[in-house]
Amino acid sequence: MSNNLRFKTSKFIDETYRVSFKFNNKTYFGFKGDTLASALLANGVHLVGRSFKYHRPRGIMTSGSEEPNAIIQLHDNSSRTEPNVRATEVEIYEGLVASSQNCWPSVNFDIGGINNLLSPILPAGFYYKTFMWPASFWEKYEYFIRKSAGLGKSPKVADPDIYEHKYVHCDVLVIGAGISGIMAAKMAAKNGFKTLLVDEKSYLGGSSIYDNSEFSKINNQITSSWLEKEINEISKIENLEIKTRTSVAAFHGYNFLLARENLTDHLPINQRENKVRQRLLKIRAKKVITATGSIERPLIFDNNDRPGILLSSAIKKYIDLYGVACGENNILFTNNDTAYETAISLIQRGIKINAIIDNREQIDSKILYEVEKNNIKIYKGYTVVDTYGYRRINKISIMKLSKDGQTVIGDKTKLNCDCLGVSGGWTPAVHLFTQSGGKLKFREEDQVFIPDVYPSDQISIGSCNGDFGLEEIIKNTLSSIKKFLDIDNSEYKTVETISGLNQSKRNIWLLPSDKSIGKTKSFVDYQNDATAKDIKLALREGFRSIEHVKRYTTTGMGTDQGKLGNMHALGIISETAGTKMGEHGTTTFRPPYTPLTFGTIVGRNVGEFFDIFRRTPIHDWHVANNAEFENVGQWKRAWYYPKDNENMHQAVQRESKAARDSAGILDASTLGKIDIQGTDASEFLNRVYTNAWSKLAVGKCRYGLMLNEDGMVYDDGVTTRLGENHYIMTTTTGGAANVLGKLEDYLQTEWPELDVYLSSVTDHYATISVCGPNSKKIVSKVIPDLDLSDEKFPHMSFKNAKIDNIKCRVMRISFTGEHSYEINIQANFGKSVWEKCMEAGKDFNITPYGTETMHLLRAEKGFIIVGQDTDATLTPIDLQMDWIVSKKKYDFIGKRSLYRSDTIREDRKQLVGLLTENPEEVLEEGAQIVADIKKSPIEMLGHVTSSYYSPNLKKSIALGVVKGGKNMLGQKLIIPMENKNINVTVADPVFLDKEGERLNAKL
Amino acid sequence: MFLINCPFCGEREQSEFKAGGEAHIVRPKQPTELSDDEWAEYLFMRKNIKGIQFERWNHVHGCRKWFNMVRDTSNDQIKAVYKMGEKPPVK
Repeated sequence: MSNNLRFKTSKFIDETYRVSFKFNNKTYFGFKGDTLASALLANGVHLVGRSFKYHRPRGIMTSGSEEPNAIIQLHDNSSRTEPNVRATEVEIYEGLVASSQNCWPSVNFDIGGINNLLSPILPAGFYYKTFMWPASFWEKYEYFIRKSAGLGKSPKVADPDIYEHKYVHCDVLVIGAGISGIMAAKMAAKNGFKTLLVDEKSYLGGSSIYDNSEFSKINNQITSSWLEKEINEISKIENLEIKTRTSVAAFHGYNFLLARENLTDHLPINQRENKVRQRLLKIRAKKVITATGSIERPLIFDNNDRPGILLSSAIKKYIDLYGVACGENNILFTNNDTAYETAISLIQRGIKINAIIDNREQIDSKILYEVEKNNIKIYKGYTVVDTYGYRRINKISIMKLSKDGQTVIGDKTKLNCDCLGVSGGWTPAVHLFTQSGGKLKFREEDQVFIPDVYPSDQISIGSCNGDFGLEEIIKNTLSSIKKFLDIDNSEYKTVETISGLNQSKRNIWLLPSDKSIGKTKSFVDYQNDATAKDIKLALREGFRSIEHVKRYTTTGMGTDQGKLGNMHALGIISETAGTKMGEHGTTTFRPPYTPLTFGTIVGRNVGEFFDIFRRTPIHDWHVANNAEFENVGQWKRAWYYPKDNENMHQAVQRESKAARDSAGILDASTLGKIDIQGTDASEFLNRVYTNAWSKLAVGKCRYGLMLNEDGMVYDDGVTTRLGENHYIMTTTTGGAANVLGKLEDYLQTEWPELDVYLSSVTDHYATISVCGPNSKKIVSKVIPDLDLSDEKFPHMSFKNAKIDNIKCRVMRISFTGEHSYEINIQANFGKSVWEKCMEAGKDFNITPYGTETMHLLRAEKGFIIVGQDTDATLTPIDLQMDWIVSKKKYDFIGKRSLYRSDTIREDRKQLVGLLTENPEEVLEEGAQIVADIKKSPIEMLGHVTSSYYSPNLKKSIALGVVKGGKNMLGQKLIIPMENKNINVTVADPVFLDKEGERLNAKL
Repeated sequence: MFLINCPFCGEREQSEFKAGGEAHIVRPKQPTELSDDEWAEYLFMRKNIKGIQFERWNHVHGCRKWFNMVRDTSNDQIKAVYKMGEKPPVK
C-alpha cells in the first residue's frame, strides 16, 4: 500500500498534531480532526467489519451517521466499552482503542464467513421456517441461535462516566447547520427570536463547508468561502446559541425534542475526568426549523457491498474535508450529476479516475463537460453488473442498459479499480419530520418522499424538503423562513448562485443483471444482509404490507434503521407488485434517529436516584437497630428486626409472640393520612365509604371500606372525627395517592356542591403504634397526663395530648387485635417519641416489629390487607364483610354494583380461612386450591392469599379465596404442589380471639 | 409530550397531568332505580373515537384540579380546555 493517500491540504486537519490509535490491536496514526474512518482510510484500511448474517467482509461506506457497515466496538475490554459505534462519527484522540465486531478469530479471517457459502439455504425467514418444528425443540435451537446473534459486546461493569439531562426552551430551534440551517438561524436570531442551532457534526456548514468547486458559487464566491463568512457572523449574534456534536434523537408532538449533546467523546480519556460525557437536552421550542439535509442513495446491483465501495459523496468528503483519498484507482457509478462533483474534487488533487459509469444516456451539464475535458472515459447508459475482490474491490464488470432500463445488453466489459463510488441520487432526511407526526407526499419526477402536512409549528427547508439545487435551496429558504417567522427583513439582500449541475436523474431501484435474480446478492440493507432477492421472495410468499416485508426480511431493522436502503426496498416492492410507490407509504420512522447510550437516557437517575424512595421520620432508628427493609409503594418500611443471627422466620416468630405476650411497637408512619374539613365532611364520608358516618361522635374512630364504582374493594382504613367538621382519614400505604385522587375526582366533578376540603398530611405526622397487654402501662409512662381508663378512653376513640409540650393525637385503635394505641406526632419529633416509648417499654420487653409481623398478627385476626387478600375482583360480600355495608344508606360509591347479576352469584370467589391437616405445614402464598385432583382438567377453585405459621396459635394459618367458599366451612380441599398434595380444611377466617376479649380486657 | 394549558395554572408539561377518561359522563343521581343494563352503560361503556374526543384531565402534580379537554385523537391536537361544569367551547 502506498503512502500518498493523505493530501495535506485540508484546513480541517491539524497536521501538526499527530494522534496514535489502535484498531484490531494494530497501531495507526492519524491527525487531529480525523474521524476513525478517515484515519483508517488514510492508512489504506477499508475492511473494518463483517456483515451480520453472511459474515461478508465490509468496509467503510459513508462518512456520517447513516453508516451501516463500519460499526465497531470502542474501548475494547474497558469499563467504557461501547458496541455498534459508527467509525464515521468517532473523532480520534490519543490512545483510542477500537476493534471490529461480528468476526472470529479476526476480521481478515472469519470462520462465520462460511455462512456466505451457505447463503442459498439461508433465505429470508430462514429462522421462522426452519426452527418451527418440532415445537418442543425451540429451547435447544434458541441456545445456539442466541449465541450467534447480535453485534458487539455489552459492558460488564458499571459505566464510569457522568451523564445528565437538561431542559431547554427557545423560540426557534434550527436542526442542521448546512447552508439553509445557517441562513434560517441568522434570520431568526437577527429578528429577535431566541434561537438554538444544533448540528450532529463537530463543525458547522454541512457538506457545503468543504465545497471548493467552481461549479457552485454564491454571490460569485465559492460556496465554502461564502459560508465561512456567514458562520463567522452568526457566531457573534447574542440570542443565538450554537451546539455542535448535538444530534436530535427524537421529535415528539408539541415541538418537544430530545437531543444528545456529546461533550467528551472526542477527548483523550485522561481529559474526561469529572466531566459530563453526554447530555440529553429536552427541548421545548415554539417553532422548529428542520434543515437535516439529505442522504445519498446507494445503487443496488450484484455484490454492491464489497470493501472499497463507498457513496460518491463520502469519497468527496474524505478528500475535501480530511484530505484522504479512498483509493488510487477510482471508478464512479452514478445516475445523477452529483458524482461529477466528486470527480472534480479527485481531479483537483490529481487522483486517478479510471472511468465514470453513468446509467443516463443523454446528459447535458457543464460539470460533465468539465470532467470529460480531463480525458476521463464516461460510459453513458451503462450499469455495473458485478464486482470482484474479497477483502477489497479490485474489478467491476459493466454492461449497456436497454432503453427501458429493465435488462442489460451487449458485451460485458471488465474494469480495474480499488475504489468504487456510487451515487443513486438523494433521499431527503425526513426522519424527524415524520417522527413529529408529519405526513409525507411522494414526488414522482425524482422519486422522493417530501414533507407535506405539518402537525405543529414547524417547517422543513433545504434538501430535507426536497430542494436539491443550490439556487432552489437558497431561494426557497429565504422565502419560506420569511413567511414562517412572519418577518419582513430577511437579512439577505440578493443572493445569486451559480451551479453547473443538472438535476436530471435516471432512477432504477434494482439495476438489471445478466444473471437471474436468484444468483445475485444485491444488498438493500447492508447491516442486516437483506438483499433484493429476499424482498422479492417475501412478495412471492404473499407479503404485501411494507411493514410486514420489513419484519420478514429485516430490511431497515439494523442500528442504522435503513437510512441508506429503505427507499430501494420500497421501490423494489412497488416494481415487483406493479403498484405505485407513493401508495405503499413508508415504514414508520421511530426515535431515536441515531442510537443513544443508556447513560444518556438515564442521566443522573442512577444508583439510589434510579427509583427514589421515601423514608419515615424513624428510619434512622430502624437502620441503627438492624432492620431489614421492604419496599411498600415508594416507601422503605422496616420488615423485621433480626437479632443474633436470626433468620426472617425466627425474627418474625419472636416479634409476633412478644406483641401478644407483652408489648410490640410498629412504625406506621407510612399509612396515608388525609385531612378532611368542611361542613359537608360527614355527608362526604357517607358517600365514599360503605358504612354510615353521620352518627359518629366527635372523638371517635371508625373503620371504613371504600369501593370502586364497580363494587370492588379499593381501600380501607380508620377515620377519626376530630371535630364537628373535621376528620382525619387513614389509607393503605400504597393506596394513599390514588385515594386522594379519587376523592378529589368525586368532589370536583360529581359533587361540587359539597363543602369539603382535602389535604394530604401523610408526611406531616409520624405514627407510632404500641400494642399488647402492657401497651397501656407504657403509654401512660410516655404521656402521664392522659387518662387511659376504659371509661375515658375506650377502644375506637381519640384524645388530644401533649408529650413534652408537643401536641399529639392518640387513637386507641388496633390492627393486631391487641389493646393498642397509635400516637401521631409532628414528623420531626417521631424518632424521639419512638425512643421514649422504647425506654418506657424496657421493663415490658417492648419489641419493635416490622411489616411481616404486622401481617402475621392481623392474619390471626382475619383482617384483610387490600391488595394482598383482594385483587379488584372482590366485593365486601365476597370478603364476608357484609357487616360493614350499610343497608340503610340510599347510595355510596359502588353500592349499585353490589347487586348486579354478576356480583350476587353464589359461586364467586370468597375469602375463607384455611387450616392445614398437618399444623406444621405452611402453605405457599399464591398456591392454587382445588377440590378434585382426579378430574381432568383439574378445576381451580381459588388461591392462597396470606399464609403464616402462628406462634400464638402454634399452627399454620392461611387466608384464601375459594369459589363458593362461604358455604364450604369444614370442607376438605387440596393444595396441589410440585411434589405433594396438601390437605386443608376450610375454616373461619378469624383464627384468634373471635370475641375480641384481648381488645377489651381490663388491663 | 403534550403542552397542556391548565385552566387554572397555564401551560405545563404533560408529565404534570393524569388523564381521566371520557368526559361528560354524569354519575346517575338515583343508581338504585337503574336496571343492570342501564348501570352497566354508565359503569363500563366508553367511547374510543378516532377524531374529536372529550376527555377529563387532572393537574395531579400541580393544582390538583380536574378539568376537561377536547382532543383530536388522530393527531393529538388539543382543541380546547375548560373547567368542570362549563359547556364545551367546540362541538
